[in-house]
Amino acid sequence: MNFLSLFVLLPLLTLAGLWLSKNLKQVHAVAVTGASALLVLTVYLTVDFLLQRAAGNTAEMLYTASVMWFEPLNIHYAVGVDGISVSMLLLTSIILFTGVFASWTIVDQAKEYYMWFLLLTLGVYGFFISIDLFTMFMFYEVALIPMYLLIGLWGSGGKEYAAMKLTLMLMGGSAFLMIGIIGIYLNSAPEGGELTMNLLEISKVLIPVDVQRWLFPLVFIGFGVLGAMFPFHTWSPDGHASAPTAVSMLHAGVLMKLGGYGCFRVAIYLMPEAANELAWIFLTLTGISVVYGAFGAILQKDLKYINAYSSVSHCGLVLFAILMLNQTAMTGAIMQMLSHGLMTALFFALIGMIYGRTHTRNIDEMSGLMKVMPFLAVCYVIAGLASLGLPGLSGFVAEMTVFVGSWEHTDMFHRVFTVVACCSIVITAVYILRVVGKILYGEVENKHHLELSDAVWHERIPVVILIIVIAAIGMYPLLVSDMISDSLVSVIGQLAR
Amino acid sequence: MDFNSILTLLRPELSLLAIIIILLIYDLFAGVAAKKYFQPLAWVLMAAHTAWSFCLTPEGTLFGGMFATTQAASLVKAILSLATLIVFLQAGGALSKAESSFKTGEFYVLTLSTLFGMNIMISSGHFLMFYLGLETASIPLACLVAFDKYKQNSAEAAAKYILNAALSSGILVYGLSFIYGTCGTLYFANVPSMLDMTVLQVAGLVMFLAGMGFKISLVPFHMWTPDVYQGAPTSVTAYLSVVSKGAAAFALMTVLFKVFAPMAMVWQDLMYGIIILTITLANLFAIRQKDIKRFFAYSSISQAGYVVLGIMAGTAEGMTAMIYYILVYILSNLAAFGVISTVENHTGRVNIDQYNGLYSTNPRMAFVMMLALFSLGGIPPFAGFFSKFFIFTSAAASGYYVLVFIALVNTIISLYYYLLVVKAMFINKTDAPAPHFRSEKALVFSLAICVAGIILAGIASCLYGGIGEFTFGM
Repeated sequence: MNFLSLFVLLPLLTLAGLWLSKNLKQVHAVAVTGASALLVLTVYLTVDFLLQRAAGNTAEMLYTASVMWFEPLNIHYAVGVDGISVSMLLLTSIILFTGVFASWTIVDQAKEYYMWFLLLTLGVYGFFISIDLFTMFMFYEVALIPMYLLIGLWGSGGKEYAAMKLTLMLMGGSAFLMIGIIGIYLNSAPEGGELTMNLLEISKVLIPVDVQRWLFPLVFIGFGVLGAMFPFHTWSPDGHASAPTAVSMLHAGVLMKLGGYGCFRVAIYLMPEAANELAWIFLTLTGISVVYGAFGAILQKDLKYINAYSSVSHCGLVLFAILMLNQTAMTGAIMQMLSHGLMTALFFALIGMIYGRTHTRNIDEMSGLMKVMPFLAVCYVIAGLASLGLPGLSGFVAEMTVFVGSWEHTDMFHRVFTVVACCSIVITAVYILRVVGKILYGEVENKHHLELSDAVWHERIPVVILIIVIAAIGMYPLLVSDMISDSLVSVIGQLAR
Repeated sequence: MDFNSILTLLRPELSLLAIIIILLIYDLFAGVAAKKYFQPLAWVLMAAHTAWSFCLTPEGTLFGGMFATTQAASLVKAILSLATLIVFLQAGGALSKAESSFKTGEFYVLTLSTLFGMNIMISSGHFLMFYLGLETASIPLACLVAFDKYKQNSAEAAAKYILNAALSSGILVYGLSFIYGTCGTLYFANVPSMLDMTVLQVAGLVMFLAGMGFKISLVPFHMWTPDVYQGAPTSVTAYLSVVSKGAAAFALMTVLFKVFAPMAMVWQDLMYGIIILTITLANLFAIRQKDIKRFFAYSSISQAGYVVLGIMAGTAEGMTAMIYYILVYILSNLAAFGVISTVENHTGRVNIDQYNGLYSTNPRMAFVMMLALFSLGGIPPFAGFFSKFFIFTSAAASGYYVLVFIALVNTIISLYYYLLVVKAMFINKTDAPAPHFRSEKALVFSLAICVAGIILAGIASCLYGGIGEFTFGM
């Protein structure tokens, strides 16, 4: 059996274990075991991947395996990873591990909660390891549907509306995607021969350019909906605000990256001609996302809404950078995925913990929390600084790379958009610092807040882990950026063909 | 034609006839004590028949070409008997009630007679044989719809059904007379060479499509469906929605492929419109339904639209995808109807609102229902996702990208109303959820078959590949 298939098998085993467990203690034990096993597995994969690369293995995808699944249609269960997938897997495992601890306080139907949570991650893992379009799409949809029940059952606020809106919009996106994938499949052998769903095989084929012209927008919009591209981002603020803490973490941290990863791996990699031709349309849309999301965040008073709009802005930057279609900017895009995934997870975890104590997320109703819960407050400041791009933390590295990359384009159109997108950093600083100043500093106005306690052990674990990783990427970015930019060579080659 | 080939080719029909006769005689002569073994006997016989049906009969013709069977047809027969077996297992609860227990025998014999008719219809080689099979299937079904004849709903539904069935059969036969008038023959093998697209022939085709549209309940011939589904006893509704529909859809496909292939341009245009109308209108109406059986009536109309999407392609892949879709649809819909019928039996609840909080009291039933709905909505890893993907691929391969896109947008609408039921069961809070109940063993067993099917029919690719070996295109 292939080594990568463990990423599907382990969540399945954990699901089975959860199903059998009898009480909350066992549920927690099984969930932690499963998440730790996956984390260890991912770390091992990363190390082994780097060693193999160092030993001179230059294959495009490593650990590839392919098993025939539906023979009449030549559909395979095909897996393989490159540096980008490895970094995404690493992100997923970290968020899953921290998410399990962040859900510690959920006791109502905890077993079902963890089962849906694990099913969601199963879909995410499957998506990142797949190199067959069909398997990829299947795992993509597996990751979407658990959100409905996770938000609808364990969420807060207008959860039913948000859950339905999120599910239908994302499924609507996947309708675009499905027709796009069927179109790619049916055009995967223009000179005769067998049709295929294998990404690597399709990349060697030139899909007729006039076909690419209508398939590319379908696929890009399909994934773009999940990547919160303007004007398809409206599910994101409602969904993230209503979801329980760990689900927001996983969704904003990892699931939205499926969108960026898919745009990059399917739309641009397989249809480079159309990408060169049509990038400007989507560049405009994502440029709007970046600025619009940032302004949206300024207007909000709910902590989760602020962070959700900031995610729209940051994920917009991911797609923006991918569409710059050069190696530096794309490296930046993947770094931004990692960095945003980590810090948004940290944000949502902290917001969940603060909300659990103050029972409000309205920034007008909180003040001076630094005195009451110093640990959480300091971590919130660190997350904020990472988000606005302070050197030494991951946000700076990612955004710097993105903007250096996009400045490589010398024409007016790209220059203008680069400058506009750069401005979003300033706006980010405005809303981050405003929140920090308002809720953390000053006097404690609400006397009840004086009695609140600081974080306990199962809250400290996720927060500390996330901060360590954010700082590690910020201090020593070459660790991941080399791995990423090596893997981008093939995509850049595609774009220049 | 020798006796041996009759035995081989007619085997599914003969074994059905044998079961009908055995059950009739047993029902007539069994004493009160032996009566309680009637249902288990019927189940065992039906299970044996189903298992035997899956050993497919070879291709061949009988009675001078009146009866022509293919391996694909025999596979569909096997799938339909599996569905009937599941319906039987689910019917036990309702039939054991005092007001209907004395007519248990009738239920089984009538249902099997309709199945017999459908088998004949599926493998007919002549339009008269086709029509005979269709009628043999329709008339006992009207009796079944009227099974609870003292309930006004049931009687009303039966009246609507028989009137509509008669009208549609009339239209169909009238259309056939045009074909006969212009071609001079009704043999499937001879008609194609005589077709030259004259006005009468096109009119004949249109009437044939209209008649079949009634049976499959395609828009705009669907008006009877919601009322009949709501009024009929739940097991009969389940039977109508899967077996009757699946058989008619497959029969329509064989006739269009075998007989009307030269007129493909005409019927493809017609079907294009019908499919869009069917899927879209049924979906929009389903959103507004409060009664769960009416809800599933509209859901099944829209599913029928997806089924006939496989016909559009006109290829062997399309046929494979369609048979596979029918199989998956049968399993998913019967899982849902199993839950509906047991909930109705034990609590009398039939409104979607009354399903609120079902998960808190009957988690297993709610879970099965959720799986069924997800499968119907096309969510992976359940079988419905695969069947939808394949049917869309086959239609897109023949160039119908726009049609596929409209169908895909419709899956989102359908997902919305399926999620409304999931929401009722899992999320909505209520003070009076359905009380906890224990279902009959047979029903639980049937649900287990359905759930196993929903989960495995997609992932186990051999099923799809297996079906692919027996199909043919235009």
